[in-house]
Amino acid sequence: MTAVAETVQMTYREAIREAIRDAMRRDDRVFLMGEDVGPYGGGFGVSLGLLEEFGPERIRDTPLSESGFVGAGIGAALGGMRPIVEIMTVNFSLLALDQIVNTAASLLHMSGGQFHVPVVVRMTTGAGRQLAAQHSHSLENWYAHVPGLRVVEPATLADARGMLWTALQDPDPVVIFEHGSLYGVEGELPADAGPVDLDRAAVRRAGSDATLITYGGSLPLTLEAAESLAADGVSAEVIDLRTLRPLDTATLVASVSRTHRAVIVDEGWRTGSLAGEISATLMEQAFYDLDAPVQRVCSAEVPIPYARHLEQAVLPSVPRVLAAVREVLDGG
Amino acid sequence: MNTEEARAAVVDALARIAPEADLDEVDAGGDLRSEIDLDSMDFLGLVEALAESTGVDIPEDDYREVRSLDGLVAYLVRRAA
Amino acid sequence: MADYLMPSLGADMDEGTLIEWLVGPGDPVHRGQVVAVVDTSKSAIEVEVFQDGVVGELLVPVGTTVPVGTPLATILEGAAPLPGSAPEVTDESESPAEPEPEVTLPTEAVAMPTGAPPPPPARVSPVVRHHAHELGVDLATVRGSGPDGQPTRHDVDAAARAAQRLRVSPYARRRARELGLDPAIAAPGRPGGVVRAAEIEAAAAAKEKAERPAAAPPPATPAEAMRAAIGQLMARSKREIPHYYLQTSIDLGPAMRWLAEHNTGRPPSERIIPAALLLKAAALAVREVPDLNGFYLDSGFQRSEQIHLGVAVALRGGGLIAPAIHDADTLALVDLMAALKDLVSRARAGRLRGSEMSDPTLTVTNLGEQGAELVHGVIYPPQVALVGFGRVVERPCAVDGAVLVRPVTVATLAADHRVTDGRLGSRYLAALEARLTHPEAL
Repeated sequence: MTAVAETVQMTYREAIREAIRDAMRRDDRVFLMGEDVGPYGGGFGVSLGLLEEFGPERIRDTPLSESGFVGAGIGAALGGMRPIVEIMTVNFSLLALDQIVNTAASLLHMSGGQFHVPVVVRMTTGAGRQLAAQHSHSLENWYAHVPGLRVVEPATLADARGMLWTALQDPDPVVIFEHGSLYGVEGELPADAGPVDLDRAAVRRAGSDATLITYGGSLPLTLEAAESLAADGVSAEVIDLRTLRPLDTATLVASVSRTHRAVIVDEGWRTGSLAGEISATLMEQAFYDLDAPVQRVCSAEVPIPYARHLEQAVLPSVPRVLAAVREVLDGG
Repeated sequence: MNTEEARAAVVDALARIAPEADLDEVDAGGDLRSEIDLDSMDFLGLVEALAESTGVDIPEDDYREVRSLDGLVAYLVRRAA
Repeated sequence: MADYLMPSLGADMDEGTLIEWLVGPGDPVHRGQVVAVVDTSKSAIEVEVFQDGVVGELLVPVGTTVPVGTPLATILEGAAPLPGSAPEVTDESESPAEPEPEVTLPTEAVAMPTGAPPPPPARVSPVVRHHAHELGVDLATVRGSGPDGQPTRHDVDAAARAAQRLRVSPYARRRARELGLDPAIAAPGRPGGVVRAAEIEAAAAAKEKAERPAAAPPPATPAEAMRAAIGQLMARSKREIPHYYLQTSIDLGPAMRWLAEHNTGRPPSERIIPAALLLKAAALAVREVPDLNGFYLDSGFQRSEQIHLGVAVALRGGGLIAPAIHDADTLALVDLMAALKDLVSRARAGRLRGSEMSDPTLTVTNLGEQGAELVHGVIYPPQVALVGFGRVVERPCAVDGAVLVRPVTVATLAADHRVTDGRLGSRYLAALEARLTHPEAL
C-alpha cells in the first residue's frame, strides 16, 4: 500500500488531460470534441486514453472542418451542454473565426442578454518547432481584441490543470491558448490541485529594477533572462499575464509604478501586438512613473521561417530580452 | 465600582493624556508625574477625564493620595462606593 | 488678484510642505480663515489667509515642499467665478470671457502632478504667455530681460532653443517637481541623452549639499527633524543675541494659597494650575517694561503694542514648541487657563495655527514640578527676552523677621542686551514678583 503522495510529477499535457478528466467527472454536460481527439488521442496527445474512459458520446471526433464543428459546438452550448471544442491550432482556427467572433462572442449582446454561449475553445498556439509559416502563428491578440470573449493562456502546470474548470463555469465563451512548446514540460503539482482563478496576472518573480511582462510560451525564456540579469545585479520582476482579455492592468500598473521600467515579451508580431496594447495602457495609467519608454520584444515582421536558425532569430529570445532591459535601464 | 473597573477607567484616561506611555512598564506604586512625565496640566487633564468617566471629583486636597496608579485606583474604588 | 504665499512660520523656517488644502477654487475666503495645513520640520500648522476674496487657483499640489514665499494659490477679489484653470488664462488684464474648462482639484495626496506647469511670474503679458505655451516653455524658468524682470518674447524664444536640447523622462520630471527642482539643472546621463530620475536625484543631493555644507545628515524621523530645527534656531539665537541673565527668588505662598482656595469646591474643568498664574503675571509685568516685548529686526527693535505670550510646551515624545496666547495680558485668569489648555492640547496634536507660531512677542518657559530649580533661557529670535520659572521648592524664608518654610520659585530673565540692560531687566523681575504677591489682582 503506497502512501498518498503530496505532489505528483506530470507534464503540462498530462495536467490538461487531468483537467478534462476532472471536468468530465464533475459535470455530465461536459464533453470534448475536435479533430482526432478520440482514438488518436488528440493532435498533441492531450486526450490520450480519454475515449476508453468516457466513451464516444463524450469524446467526439469531428470532420476536418473547423467552421462546421466549432459551429456545432456553439450549438451544443446553446442547447445546454458544456462543450470543450479543441481546435488543433490557432492557425486552423482562422477558418472558424466567423463562428467564434460573429456567433459565440456576439450572441449574448445580439439577443439582448437572452442567449449565453457557454463554450470553451482550446487551441494550441506558437512557434519554435519548425512547423513553418502556416502552422506557427501567435494570434492571441486577434482574439483578445474581441468583446464577448474571455481569453486566457496557462503557462504553468498549475494553470493548465486549473483554468479549464473555471472556464467551464463561465456562462460565456472562453478561449484557452496552449503554447505548443509547453506540452512536454515536466513539473510537480500538488496531488489535490484544483481550479484556479482567471482574473489575475501572476508575479512569477519579484523584482525592483524593471518589470518584464509576458505570457504563455515566452514565460520560461523571460524567467531565464531575469535569472541572468540577477547575476549582473539587476532585479527584474516577471509577470505572467495569464488572462489576455481582460488584462489585469492593476497588477501591471502597480509593478511599473515601483520599478519605473517595463519590457513586454510577446511572441506575436510587433505591429498591432498585444504588447502594443499593454504599452499604451501603461502609458495611460503609469506615465508619470516611467523613467524610459516601454520596450517590446516581439517576433520579427516576417512569416515564421522553417529553417531552424532563421526561426530562432525571428522569435523572442533571452539575448533579445536582455538587450531590451539594458535599453530601458540606460538607453536614450 | 470594583478594582477592575477603576483600573480600566484610569488606564483609559491615561491613554488619552499620554498615548505613547507603556502602562505595563510603569511602577504602579511610583509617582505618575515622574513615571509617565505628567506635568500639572496633564494631571489636571487626568483628573478631568476621570471626573467625566467615573463621576468621581478629586479635590486638590486629595491629590496627595492619587500620585500613583495604585493610589488612583484605590481612591476611585473608595469614592465610588 | 493676489498670490497667497507660503508663509514663514518661524524665524528658522526656509520651506514648508503643503499637506492639505482646506479650500478649493471658487471658495470664498475671509481674513483669518484657515485655508491649508503646512508641515514644517517641527509640526503641522494650520495657515490662515489675511484677505477677503475668492480662491482662484491652487498652484501647489498636496505633498509638495516649497520655499517660504512661494505662491501657493491665487486669491481673487470679490465673488466673481473664475475665468479658467490654465495659468495663461488667469492674467489680471483679461476679462472673464473665456469658457470655463474642467478644473481638476488636487484635493488628495497626489502621486503625480496635475499636469499644469508651475505658475508663471505675476506680470507676463498675454502675448508672451501664449507664445511660451505654444513653444512648450516653462515661464518659471525664463529669465526676464524686460522692465521689472518681465519675460519678453525674445526671452521665451531663447529658452525654447535651450530647452529643445533637453529631454526628460516623465518620472524624472515628476521627481524634479516633487523635489522643487528645475529639470534643466540635471544633465542627461550621456550627451544628447535623456534626463532620468537618477540624474534628478543626484542633482537634488548635490544642490542640497552645496546649500548646506555644514548641515548634519538629513534626519530620519520627524522627531529628529524637530530636534534639528530647534538646534538651528537655538544656535542662531546664541550666535546673534547678546544674552544677559537676571534671577530672583519669588515666594509663591500667597499665590498658592489663593489658588488652593479658588480651586476648592470647583470641578476639575474650572480649576486653575499655577502655570496660568505665572503666565498672567509675566504678561502684566511686561506692561511696565515694554522694551522686553517685541522683535529685533534688521531695522532695530520694534516694540509690540500687544502682548502675545509664547508658551514653551514640551511635546510628548520629545521636542519643544512655543506658540502664542494672543493678548495674554487682557485675558481674565480663567480665560487664560482655558486658552492655555487649548493651546497645549493642540500643540501636542500638531494642530497649531500659523499666527500662533509667528506672533509671540515674549516667551515664558516653565520647567514644572520635575524640572531644575533655575533655567538660564535661550531667547527665541526675533524676540528679545525669555522669562523662566524653575521648580517650586519648599524653602526656609525670612518673613516678617521669622524663618518660615515657603514655596519658592526662582524666576529668571534672559534678555537681549542690544535692547535692554540689567536695570530694566531687574525692574521687570520686581514687577513680576509684585504681581505674584497679589494673586487676587491677576
